[in-house]
Amino acid sequence: MSAQPHTHATPNRTQAATVEIRIRRRENTDAAQYWETFEIPYRPNLNIISCLMEIQKNPVTKDGKQTTPPVWNMNCLEQVCGICTMVINGRVRQSCSALVDQLDQPITLEPMSKFPNVRDLIVDRSQMFDHLKRVHAWIEIDGTHDQGPGPRMDQEDVAERYAYSRCMTCGCCLEACPQYDGDNYIGPQAIAQVRLFNMHPTGKMTRDERLEGIMGDDGITNCGNAQNCVRVCPMSIPLTKAIYEENRETIIHGLFGWLKR
Amino acid sequence: MATVGKNGIKIAVVGGGLAGLAAAMKIAEAGHSVDLFSVVPVKRSHSVCAQGGINGAVNTKGEGDSTAEHFDDTVYGGDFLANQPPAKAMCEMAPAIIYLFDRMGVPFSRTKEGLLDFRRFGGTKHHRTAFAGASTGQQLLYALDEQVRRHEAGGKVQKYEGWEMMSLVLDDHQVCRGLVAMDLKTLEMKAFKADAVIMATGGPGLIFGKSTNSMVCTGSAVSACYQQGARYANGEFIQVHPTSIPGEDKLRLMSESARGEGGRVWVPRAKGDTRAPASIPERERWYFLEEKYPAYGNLVPRDIATREIFQVCLDKMGIGGDNQVYLDLTHIPAETLDRKLGAILEIYEMFVGDDPRHVPMRIFPGVHYSMGGLWVDFEQRTNIPGLLAAGECDYSIHGANRLGANSLVSCVFGGFVAAPAAIEFAKNVERNGADSSALYEQELKLQEENNQRLIKQSGNENQYKLHEEMGKWMTDNVTVVRYNDKLKETDNKLLELIDRYDRISINDSNLWATMALPHARHLWNMLQLARVITLGALNRNESRGAHYKPDFPDRDDENFLKTTIAEYSGEGPVISYEAVDSSLIKPRKRDYSKGKQDTAKAAAGAKGSTLPPKDGAPQVLSQDTEQKPKDLSGPAVWNQNKEEVRDVNHGEAETRREQGKSIEDAGGKSDKV
Repeated sequence: MSAQPHTHATPNRTQAATVEIRIRRRENTDAAQYWETFEIPYRPNLNIISCLMEIQKNPVTKDGKQTTPPVWNMNCLEQVCGICTMVINGRVRQSCSALVDQLDQPITLEPMSKFPNVRDLIVDRSQMFDHLKRVHAWIEIDGTHDQGPGPRMDQEDVAERYAYSRCMTCGCCLEACPQYDGDNYIGPQAIAQVRLFNMHPTGKMTRDERLEGIMGDDGITNCGNAQNCVRVCPMSIPLTKAIYEENRETIIHGLFGWLKR
Repeated sequence: MATVGKNGIKIAVVGGGLAGLAAAMKIAEAGHSVDLFSVVPVKRSHSVCAQGGINGAVNTKGEGDSTAEHFDDTVYGGDFLANQPPAKAMCEMAPAIIYLFDRMGVPFSRTKEGLLDFRRFGGTKHHRTAFAGASTGQQLLYALDEQVRRHEAGGKVQKYEGWEMMSLVLDDHQVCRGLVAMDLKTLEMKAFKADAVIMATGGPGLIFGKSTNSMVCTGSAVSACYQQGARYANGEFIQVHPTSIPGEDKLRLMSESARGEGGRVWVPRAKGDTRAPASIPERERWYFLEEKYPAYGNLVPRDIATREIFQVCLDKMGIGGDNQVYLDLTHIPAETLDRKLGAILEIYEMFVGDDPRHVPMRIFPGVHYSMGGLWVDFEQRTNIPGLLAAGECDYSIHGANRLGANSLVSCVFGGFVAAPAAIEFAKNVERNGADSSALYEQELKLQEENNQRLIKQSGNENQYKLHEEMGKWMTDNVTVVRYNDKLKETDNKLLELIDRYDRISINDSNLWATMALPHARHLWNMLQLARVITLGALNRNESRGAHYKPDFPDRDDENFLKTTIAEYSGEGPVISYEAVDSSLIKPRKRDYSKGKQDTAKAAAGAKGSTLPPKDGAPQVLSQDTEQKPKDLSGPAVWNQNKEEVRDVNHGEAETRREQGKSIEDAGGKSDKV
């Protein structure tokens, strides 16, 4: 064993024996929001999900008031399903990979603000899936019967497509986008999916349908180039590159698309 | 509901992971309607967690790989407990499945020639695993999600995301006519008619408290089917991965490659030593794998590593007395680690916050996969007419142990077989009178009453603590190393928890989008399934694949080359056995210390050996083996040991009742204070 210095999970900070968490709550879609503060015993390696689980077992506020358990969404807890996204200390991210040891206290948890708030930390992101329908985010295969392998592809192209294909529809990009507000702008995630499918040799054959999906009043031209999306994307997807490329494609399509008709 | 297609057929698919989406896609493509139920948006299903890849013998590397080799590896890896015909069919379909995903746009890694690239995985000597970066499951799931969305846009698929299946609707003849589901936001319950129902709800990892599974993997819906009469098979076969990262919320996988690159497993020699690892001198460290297995050291096979780490922790020799041991890479230069293990070290860093280049990782075996599940015939049909199952929630294909990268292919295969079988059933089923709404109203009322009872019920038990207790008992006694006395104690504990369940109170007065009521429903179902797993293990007095009993260390083909079948009775599971179809490959000793060819040769000497021919040639069934009927009524051998085993269970239950329901009296441990 080399002479490594003693290292610990929290080398830089003396931990309090408790973790203080403020949660922006709401009883249901129509109710007003309010804050509640909770305190749980500190343990090393806590993430936000573990804190919420602890509160759920015994929902008592810091002041000792019995309350309803806060609700949230969770599933894979490996930052690959996207469901547990919320705003933590002002920044949108997945709560499974948000570690208490790396957060300033009191920790604030808020639901994403750009989607209908169902209750507490749960939001309804079905509009994102509707957008995927609008841009035809799929390959038009003839059928699922055996037709042998797909088209050959360069590993470099595959690598670029892979980056876009990692999008888990979590909504971080939309939450952080100053232009996005419900139905005025389709937003980065759908545009990046257009890029994903229009890069594919088979997908290219139906590229115009996808471009038209991002060319309406709420289309790609609403991007204000704030570049927040690419900063908050947990999968490091080159969203601004996709917007740049597809913007060019839509302009060309807008200018010359009528010739194909 | 989805618009009803030609012939008016509508099929309900429960679960939107790989298996469920594969089935939904096939049904919609055939022009029929699908109601697709999922507790989470389908794109967020557990299939996204699979990292490694998908197996299929495409032989792009010119290694002479064949579907027959894949079949043999699968059956051998499963310690011969799998029925062989469906495993063979899966391996034969696997290359076409991979090609289909390729056509659907999955960004599989490529060779220089632009062809699909393949990597090697455990349990085989061939490059047989297609992969898309380190997130193959995510990529495959998305491809199916996209195709199903296309059918959704076309009006063939109606999704019910955020709806949870509560129960089946069965008619007087035990034919499945639909299901009851609950909207998790409003808690509204509704009965849905269906001509057939396909279960594709994944594994039951949450029964063990923490596992590598996602939080939706409770096995709850499958347990509901079991409690309504569906047979559950091979429940005791639970795969435990040797190295996972213990978290407060779940266990996350740490790839085997960490040991492959020189990682050393150790614990402090002194019990309860809480010093920082770096300050523990070499002589005070116990490298137990290297000490016990000098030949293989830290690279002993997966099951052995799992057992040894588990035993060390059970003996309270884990770090600080906890369930964790060190997996140490700090003796390897950081730049070497970055080059070879960069991605997996980042995962550890992201979720633990420690840098494994400088601090030894803390790992522990984690419950990973259930080989067992709903009993199905070779067309994915359960014993309940009109109810089918596919994916991890069915028991077929993997036998006593699953090979890496076989899960993704088995899910898709299961969905692809279940879809036409469901359509076939729907076309032929008699609907006379079954459409009467009374049937549906009756089941709906029953489920609403169940909810009301839970909502009104009050008591001093906390459902989350009950879940933790169940998880701890199951993890301690029904995973890696199993002893009959401990299994009995565990079943008694489960009975105690079932008693205490009546005293839980729903601690949420706001029922809108509450997590409390659904969890309470899951908990009941998990407890029932936990008994199936525990009693299945108790009754199987041998060691096979993932099931290991030190008191019965050998595989016993004479008595236990059989599928365990559990059927629900009011008293709990009734266990019986069914013969395994080994008609294609004669069972031989599973021994990974030797090459497969050596053990194969040994077995080939025996009479009637039917080793698969090479290069995918058609396989001829041997004459002297009985073929399994496709008929749903099941083979005649099914009941052969039923009475005998029923008595064993009955005896256990009686004993406990006599002792006045006290676990302490029965010699068991209790967490009650």
